[in-house]
Amino acid sequence: MSEHARPRIAIVVFPGSNDDRDAALAFESLGAEPVLVWHAEPELPDVGAVVLPGGFSYGDYLRCGAIARFAPVMGAVRRFADEGGLVLGICNGFQVLCEAGLLPGALRPNKSLSFICRDVSLRVERADTPFTTRTEAGQSLTIPIKHGEGCYFADDELLAELESDGRIVLRYEDNPNGSIADIAGVANRDGNVFGLMPHPEHAVDPLLGSSDGVLVLGSLVDAARERLLTTA
Amino acid sequence: MKATVLVRPKPGILDPQGQAVQRSLQQLGFPVQEARIGRVVDLELDLGDAQRTRAELERMCEQLLANPLIESYEISVTSE
Repeated sequence: MSEHARPRIAIVVFPGSNDDRDAALAFESLGAEPVLVWHAEPELPDVGAVVLPGGFSYGDYLRCGAIARFAPVMGAVRRFADEGGLVLGICNGFQVLCEAGLLPGALRPNKSLSFICRDVSLRVERADTPFTTRTEAGQSLTIPIKHGEGCYFADDELLAELESDGRIVLRYEDNPNGSIADIAGVANRDGNVFGLMPHPEHAVDPLLGSSDGVLVLGSLVDAARERLLTTA
Repeated sequence: MKATVLVRPKPGILDPQGQAVQRSLQQLGFPVQEARIGRVVDLELDLGDAQRTRAELERMCEQLLANPLIESYEISVTSE
């Protein structure tokens, strides 16, 4: 197997997901082989990483992500994560991971109560995660957000833990939604699960206004490929 | 048996909906200092006795109806 090996990346499709195909196209253009996995599947195929895409799973009923976390596939996602597998949650996928307890914290309605859809600037806090190796610490990324409930919340104790453990991976340079400590993306304790509200899959081509999303998704492709090569 | 679950944002949690309602009420001339908006879930269920119903409702709240990090809940079993 060569360094050009195409790692397989599962993209979970919930009823109401709407960025699954954008994510698939983005990963395909980055040299990965996306595999769409329906939420009712009890098992994951053999993949190097799992992505929970953006959208409005189950209509965002009750709380965003609250119902999706009980989808049959989530048991398999949890086992995959527990074994050290790489899991990325984008927007609604981030909300699902928080509700599932795979990531800390919760996402609340934006401070402005408005749905916000625009490019934002992000500062890379950690460039040493499997999701950010193509970036540099302190680098500014331009990636769009599009959400109504992206206000990240952690209580004092959790926030102190996130800060001291260095688990805040991305911060907003100009906080658009009221997120505590300007948090745009956080990782779990082991660093193999990461969620962010911005949409890197919508910023993979200069035609889209920015290709900084490649730095995030490409890092994950690199990490998934590396795992493929080490286990081959 | 009927039950009602009240879910509220915990104290200190930003509640922009409540803030917007509080401002609107003030504009209407009502001297309201604070408004917080939660959720009501009315349930019909048949679990035999009230004690067991209450215990099951607790579990429902912990697992789905509320997010314990940001919300508190109150259960009342309203009628036999």
